[in-house]
Amino acid sequence: MPILSLLTFLPLAGALVLAFLPRRREVLLRGLALAVALIALGLSVGLYLSFESGTGGMQFVEHAPWLGSGIEYHLGVDGISLFLVMLAAFLVPVSMLASWRSVSSKVKEFLIFMLVLETGIIGVFLSLNVFLFYVFWEAMLIPMYFLIGVWGGARRVYATMKFVLYTMLGSLLMLVAMIILHGRTGTFNLLEYYRLAGSGDWLDPRLQVWLFLAFALAFAVKVPLFPLHTWLPDAHVEAPTAGSVILAAVLLKMGAYGFLRFALPLFPEAVSKFLPYLSALSLVGVVYGGLMALVQKDIKSLVAYSSVSHMGLVMLAVFALNFEGVQGAVFQMVNHGLSTGALFLVVGLLYERSHTRRISDYGGLSRQMPVLSAFFMIAVLSSAGLPGLNGFVGEILCLFGVFRAGTLLAVLAVSTVILAAAYLLGLFQKVMHGPISNPAVRTFKDLNLREVLVLLPIIVLMFWLGLRPGSVLRKTEASAALQVSRVTGRSSVLVSTPAPSPLKAGKFSPLPLIREKRPAEEKDADD
Amino acid sequence: MKEAFWMIPLFPAVGALGLLVFGSRLRRGAVSFLGCLTVLASFLLSLASFLGLSATAAAGGGPRIKVLFDWLDAGRLSAGLSFQFDALTAVMALVVTGVSFVIHVYSVGYMKGDRSYARYFGLLNLFVFSMLLLVMASNMIVLFIGWEGVGLCSYLLIGFWFEKPAAAAAGKKAFLINRIGDAAFLVGILFLVLFVGGTEFRLIERAALNGELGAGAATLIGLLLFAGACGKSAQLPLYVWLPDAMEGPTPVSALIHAATMVTAGVYMVARLNPLYSLSPAALETVAVVGAATAVFAATMACVQNDIKRVLAYSTISQLGYMFIGCGVGAYAAGIFHLFTHAFFKSLLFLSAGSVMHALSGELDIRRMGGLRRHLPLTYAAFLTGTIAISGVPFFSGFFSKDAILTKAFASGRHVVWALGLLAAVMTAFYMFRLLLRVFHGQERLEPSAKARLHESPPVMTVPLLILAFCSAAGGYLSLPVVFGKGLDRFPRYLESVILPGAEAHLSRGTEWLLIATSTAVALVGIVLAFLFYGRRTVVPETLIRTFPRLYRLVADKYYIDELYGAVIVNPLLRGSEAVYRDFDVRVIDGAVNGAARLTARAGKGLNVLQTGRVRDYALALLVGVLIVVGFLVL
Amino acid sequence: MIPASWFLALSGVLFALGVLAFLIKKDLLLMFLAVEVMLNAANLAFVAFARRHGLLEGQAAVFFIITVAAAEAAVGLAIILLVFRRKKTVKADEISVLKG
Repeated sequence: MPILSLLTFLPLAGALVLAFLPRRREVLLRGLALAVALIALGLSVGLYLSFESGTGGMQFVEHAPWLGSGIEYHLGVDGISLFLVMLAAFLVPVSMLASWRSVSSKVKEFLIFMLVLETGIIGVFLSLNVFLFYVFWEAMLIPMYFLIGVWGGARRVYATMKFVLYTMLGSLLMLVAMIILHGRTGTFNLLEYYRLAGSGDWLDPRLQVWLFLAFALAFAVKVPLFPLHTWLPDAHVEAPTAGSVILAAVLLKMGAYGFLRFALPLFPEAVSKFLPYLSALSLVGVVYGGLMALVQKDIKSLVAYSSVSHMGLVMLAVFALNFEGVQGAVFQMVNHGLSTGALFLVVGLLYERSHTRRISDYGGLSRQMPVLSAFFMIAVLSSAGLPGLNGFVGEILCLFGVFRAGTLLAVLAVSTVILAAAYLLGLFQKVMHGPISNPAVRTFKDLNLREVLVLLPIIVLMFWLGLRPGSVLRKTEASAALQVSRVTGRSSVLVSTPAPSPLKAGKFSPLPLIREKRPAEEKDADD
Repeated sequence: MKEAFWMIPLFPAVGALGLLVFGSRLRRGAVSFLGCLTVLASFLLSLASFLGLSATAAAGGGPRIKVLFDWLDAGRLSAGLSFQFDALTAVMALVVTGVSFVIHVYSVGYMKGDRSYARYFGLLNLFVFSMLLLVMASNMIVLFIGWEGVGLCSYLLIGFWFEKPAAAAAGKKAFLINRIGDAAFLVGILFLVLFVGGTEFRLIERAALNGELGAGAATLIGLLLFAGACGKSAQLPLYVWLPDAMEGPTPVSALIHAATMVTAGVYMVARLNPLYSLSPAALETVAVVGAATAVFAATMACVQNDIKRVLAYSTISQLGYMFIGCGVGAYAAGIFHLFTHAFFKSLLFLSAGSVMHALSGELDIRRMGGLRRHLPLTYAAFLTGTIAISGVPFFSGFFSKDAILTKAFASGRHVVWALGLLAAVMTAFYMFRLLLRVFHGQERLEPSAKARLHESPPVMTVPLLILAFCSAAGGYLSLPVVFGKGLDRFPRYLESVILPGAEAHLSRGTEWLLIATSTAVALVGIVLAFLFYGRRTVVPETLIRTFPRLYRLVADKYYIDELYGAVIVNPLLRGSEAVYRDFDVRVIDGAVNGAARLTARAGKGLNVLQTGRVRDYALALLVGVLIVVGFLVL
Repeated sequence: MIPASWFLALSGVLFALGVLAFLIKKDLLLMFLAVEVMLNAANLAFVAFARRHGLLEGQAAVFFIITVAAAEAAVGLAIILLVFRRKKTVKADEISVLKG
């Protein structure tokens, strides 16, 4: 059974069916769309269960000719893309459920766009043909454009134009780079690129620099890396809840994924030149995003800046280019998807009641809405990286990866621990605590069953990943190790970041790795 | 049953889950029952494990370790969720569960009328769980989980009455300041992983003893971890959250901000004693910070008028004492003081709670006085606690404090010792000041409070009596060596965990002299208090009039909060705001929008050519053709 | 026999006149006539070359152009008529709705 194709195109098929249904039958439309999304979720869970954790290579590969001249239909999944696909498949039905009431106009179109978006996202993560990747990458913009532009807030047109044009600007250069790559190799096959890059007969470094820059720009906009981040607060603030959730939780991951999958392994020599700058930008993003989040007056733009900070840490860990860093980055991407998704859902639930996003319009909600308050608290703590919840695992792995790449980087990045707590708890305090200042708050109802059902699965996952991170890490480790070796394998500059030794005076000798199990999988390229 | 110790944290975890999720549907009786029962079960199991440990202690062997499951495993960073039970854990687990149980029972009375009764007990249970996780962890990562967990519970419980903006703000402040320490703590853990290769305590101990860990590395790690301890245990310069934390319910202050959570830093240092012993510099820092905090906080306690804040500053000061103990290498003495302090300080807080209960929430000692006639049981309890903390001979505080001071003197750090003595004078002074102002002298009550004055119900006073007994007698677990050989049972018991260092032995005469000195010092403080506040308060008033500036400085807490606000918090917020407004919006986003506008403007510019008149187009066409033809012909 | 160059010269003059008229005249109808003049100038050139080289393609092209010109005249006049109805004018300069 071609499970990947099924997973990718099932939502699209669902959208097609929806297109032929009468728009008056809203319940039927919503139910059908939700059912399709849930089936896709089921498929992704099936994918997870049958995924072999031992190998780092691509699994469930589907390969077929398509347009000719190197443009082929080529799908596959590895540990890195597996969880991003699952994240998308999980959050699409959740955000559909969340929009059950808040989206009431043009319901049919909304659902169709959501399903098309899901196809685009999953396609991006599964494509092994660079051209196919580009098709999905761009195709996904169209539904997103409409989701923000039609169902968004007051400045939605400005926000959506900014989002689409910004993203396109980056990706057009990437297209040029792809065509040049094709010119040099005669193929768009990513695995073939990997093979060639590893064989020693690869592009000359000068060309690599240009191609790398073109790819990096496209991905950096998407992450977004400082200083390419300003589209994000606008898009988030104006997007409807479902759009914000998908945007923050999944779309931003495409940038990090793109670096990990394409930009870094394909141009190792260029990477060694630009790595310090990219790390520096990521670090600036971590601190800068945190500081900016501290002073936001709009809940959504606060969460948006927190995303800049969190994704900065993810990118820092990716650029650390070691096993722990990449493991942490993948884990943290999933975390960020869950926690930021939950935060946006909570904000959405608040917005449905109050129709305001200004922090100062709230206050004292905890007494009025204890259930929402509890969920909000957990989401905040998850995002702030409290141990026991998922955020901590990702954070400590990322920090350790960064730490191995450069002590100072990690020490500076640790400030995220303080900043995140500061802006998130500040938000929580201002919204949920204190006396009720806005009389409208007294009329707010606590969550109903549907709303609990929207948030509960995310909360459960937060605890689950926090307590049993192995359920992700086991599946990603082989792929993470392989991907790291693909990047560092050729460029000797990066192979061993020397152990930081700020203590010349004191003698120390790091003990050998103490591990009783799984020596075979120990493929850490740095060792 | 031998391995059952890992279930100790399980009971409160179950309790917390049950109470937090379903608590609002339960009746109050059920909530109280469930909340207290889970902690009692933990206490009993701790006791059983402790006895089991004692029985097998003779047989030797390392600590008992139970790995529940592999929690985190990625490359060099790996940690199982595993518990360890040894002498130090046993002591801590007993203190934590024992005191917690007593305070849970007390809370049944204290929180009777609160509308979030179930949430309160749920959070309290969650706290006990986190604290047990902290003391039973067998590696730094699990310890860190507990470490952050207790911080979270502290945050939630300080802000328990979150409608009060002060309470909500205090909770946030506590969490944030703790986070500053925790950031350093986290870096310390990362360094540990790098240098030691893991975070298991046995591994750290082995690396430290084998000489695999250099003094430089030990210093670095020790200082980073100590920074975390400064946050959690409210030491200079991160102590500012603890006085504010008094916004929480009083039993919470007793449990979290006196007896257990704030001592986590002391526990951590004692737990990592092999590492700290490697680094004289780190130890020196610990001792100096401890001594400085002990004196600094004590001065503030002398002039505060809020009963709980006096106790809070006293706690900070006593925690400083514990760090003096650790810093001079007398880890066992530090832990012993932790042990006795847990009893008498929670006793004092609960008594204060009882006073507040009687006075409808009054906190200001200027509106108390003469309460001993109305609240005899509370008075007895508070008096016991005061005597114990002041270091009056034969009460618990005397022995534990003396142990620390003796060790400090013996280690040759005479300045630290002198500071310790100074803090001891002040401790005796401010505690007796509090006692005299609250329970003696004339009644200065508000009429409304006086009308409803009543002694607390037995559910609150019985816990007081239990704690009072422990405060009085707890010290006999470890007597100074000069009282007789083998009476220092406490440090001996901990020997398997806390490696006895090379000790400078003092002569019997010196030891007696030191004991006499500390006794004298305590008496001086008490006498001073009686002189100042015994009959009339002429002396302090004269002093205030003579040194108004100095008084204001101390009474306003040295303006440290204001200083932090002006130097760190405000610049950060203002700066960020300015950067957001002038850089993020103007420059970065301005560049983006500028690029868009430039494109639009370029379009507008070329627009001139689009006149809409056919003839212009025709002319352009003609010119174009002529040019092309010209090119072709020429 | 008149040499082909004469015809070509006449064709050139006619074409230049057509262009000139198209550029100078403001009346749509006259501009339309100017286009016709240019077309016929082109026709003349075609037949001249056809005769000179003895080929039929040029003459075929002329017939083709005449047909297209007839169709164009029909459509063009209809458009002008409609423009006049809407705008009450046939002055080209006054019809500039496509101005950016």
